[in-house]
Amino acid sequence: MIYFDKVSKIYPDNSVALDNVSFGVDPNEFVSVVGHSGAGKTTLLKMLLAEERPTEGAVFFQSTNIHGLRKNEINDFRRKIGAIFQDFRLLPNKTAYENIAFAMEVAGKGDEEIESDVPHVLELVDLGRKMWSFPHQLSGGEKQRVAIARAIVNHPDIIIADEPTGNLDPINTYEIVQILKKINDLGTTIILTTHNKGVIDSLGRRVITIEGGKIIRDDKEGRYIL
Amino acid sequence: MLWTNTKRVIRSGFVNFWRNGFVSIASMLVMIITLFVLGSIIFTSVILTTSLEEIKNKVDINVYFVTTASEEDIVAIKKSVETLPEVERTTYQTREQVLAEFRKRHENNQFIIQGLDELQDNPLGAVLNIKAKEPSQYEGIAQYLESSAVAQRNGVPVIDKINYNQNKIAIEKLSRLIDTGQKLGLILTIILATISVIITFNTIRLAIYISREEISIMRLVGASSKYVRGPFVIVGIMYGALSALITMALFYPITYSLGRATQNLVTGLNINAYYIQNFVQIFLILLAAGVIVGGVSSYLAVRRYLKV
Repeated sequence: MIYFDKVSKIYPDNSVALDNVSFGVDPNEFVSVVGHSGAGKTTLLKMLLAEERPTEGAVFFQSTNIHGLRKNEINDFRRKIGAIFQDFRLLPNKTAYENIAFAMEVAGKGDEEIESDVPHVLELVDLGRKMWSFPHQLSGGEKQRVAIARAIVNHPDIIIADEPTGNLDPINTYEIVQILKKINDLGTTIILTTHNKGVIDSLGRRVITIEGGKIIRDDKEGRYIL
Repeated sequence: MLWTNTKRVIRSGFVNFWRNGFVSIASMLVMIITLFVLGSIIFTSVILTTSLEEIKNKVDINVYFVTTASEEDIVAIKKSVETLPEVERTTYQTREQVLAEFRKRHENNQFIIQGLDELQDNPLGAVLNIKAKEPSQYEGIAQYLESSAVAQRNGVPVIDKINYNQNKIAIEKLSRLIDTGQKLGLILTIILATISVIITFNTIRLAIYISREEISIMRLVGASSKYVRGPFVIVGIMYGALSALITMALFYPITYSLGRATQNLVTGLNINAYYIQNFVQIFLILLAAGVIVGGVSSYLAVRRYLKV
C-alpha cells in the first residue's frame, strides 16, 4: 500500500535525516516506527503527507508517486490520509465540532452529512459533551481525541500518528492507543511513531527501528529495543 | 458545490472576524487611519481648489477712464475688449455709479463727504472692470488696452490708467503660487496615500502571520488554497468596509466643527455642507479603497504561508 523506495533526505544545512530507507506497509497493518529524537521518524511521516520532498528516492502510495503529484492532487491525496500530531494541531479558533466539520467541508461533504457524522465521531472518542469547546478549553488527552476524530471522520485509507502520546500522561496515553487499536481493527492502516516503550510493548505489532536515518531493525512482532 | 463552498467561506470569514476580535480591532484602527488620510486628502483638495479658484476670481484689472471720456468711446472700448478670446467678462460702471459707490463707502467720513459736496463736478471717471479666464492672460489684455489705437481718440487719451501695472508683480506671483500649489498638492496626495496603503498592508500581513500555523494545519487536512484563503480575504474586505463606515462617521463631527472655519477661509464653501452633499460619493470612494486594500492585502499575505 505504501512503499518507501531508497529514500534519502538531506536538509539544506547538510544534516542527513534519512539515509537510503526502503520499506513497505501492507493494508490493515499497524506499524510502529521507533527511534531516538532526531532519528528521522518525523521526516519519514512528513514525506507521506507530501510536506517534505525526498532528496533521493521515491515514496509510493498504492501505485502513485506522492511527490510527483500536482498541487491540487496533493489536496485530494491528503484527504485520504488522517494525520495525528504530538502537538494536536487543532484550529485554535474553531470548536471541537468545527475542527472536525472543517475536515469534512474540505473533503466536499454536504451540510447534512456533516451534521450527522461529526457528533457521531465525537461520541466515538467519548467527547460528545465537549462538542462546543474550543481547543484551549480542553485537556491534552481531549485535544488528542478531537484530533483523532478529525483524522478518522473522512474514513481515510491510512492514519499517520506522529508521537500522538508524546504530550500525554500514562492514562491518556493508554486510552489513545486503545482508540488507535480499535480503528485498526476496523480496517484502517496505521503508522505510528513513538519513543514510548510501554506503548510499543503493549501493542505487539510490527516495529521498525530507526537510528541515524537508517532502518536498523524491522520486526514482525517487535518490542522496543534501543 | 461552488455555492456551498462560497457560503462556507463567507460564514467562516464572519466567524473569524468575530473570534479574532482583538486582531480585528487593531487592523481596523490602522485601516481607519488610512481611510481617514484618504478622506482628508479629498477634503483638503476641495478646499484648496475652491480657494485657488476664488483667488483666481478675485484677480481682475480696472481700466480708469479720464473724466472727459465720452460714453460711446467707453462702450466702444468695452465692446472691443469683449471680443478678445482671453476675456471672460467685463463690467462697466458709469461716472455716476462710481461716485455713488464712493459716497457709500465713505458715508461715515464727514470730511470726504463735505469735500465732495463742495465740488461742482463729479471728480471720478468711469471704470471698466475686466476679468480674464486665466490670471496669466492679464498682461496681454493690458498691453492691448495700452496700445494707442485703443487708449486714444483723435490723439486725446481716453484711458487714465490701468491698474494692471501696479498689480503686475502680485498677479504674476499669484499665478505661479496657484500652479505650484496644485503640483505640490498632487505630490503630497500620492506620498500620503502610498504610505498609508503600505502601513495597512503590513498590518494585515502581521495579522495573518499570527494565523500561519492555522494555515498550515488547514493545508495538511487537505484544504485547497482557495478554501484556506477565502475566509482571510473576506475578513480583509470586512475590515475595509467597516473602517469606511467608521471613518465616514468620524468625518461628521470633524467637518461640523471645521465648517465655520472653512467658510471664513473660503467664502461659499462649508466643508460640512460639502460632506453632506457628497456623502454617497465620498463613502463609495472610501469603501472601494478599503475593500480593495483589505482584500488584496489579505490575498497576498496568505500566499506566503500556503506553500506547505
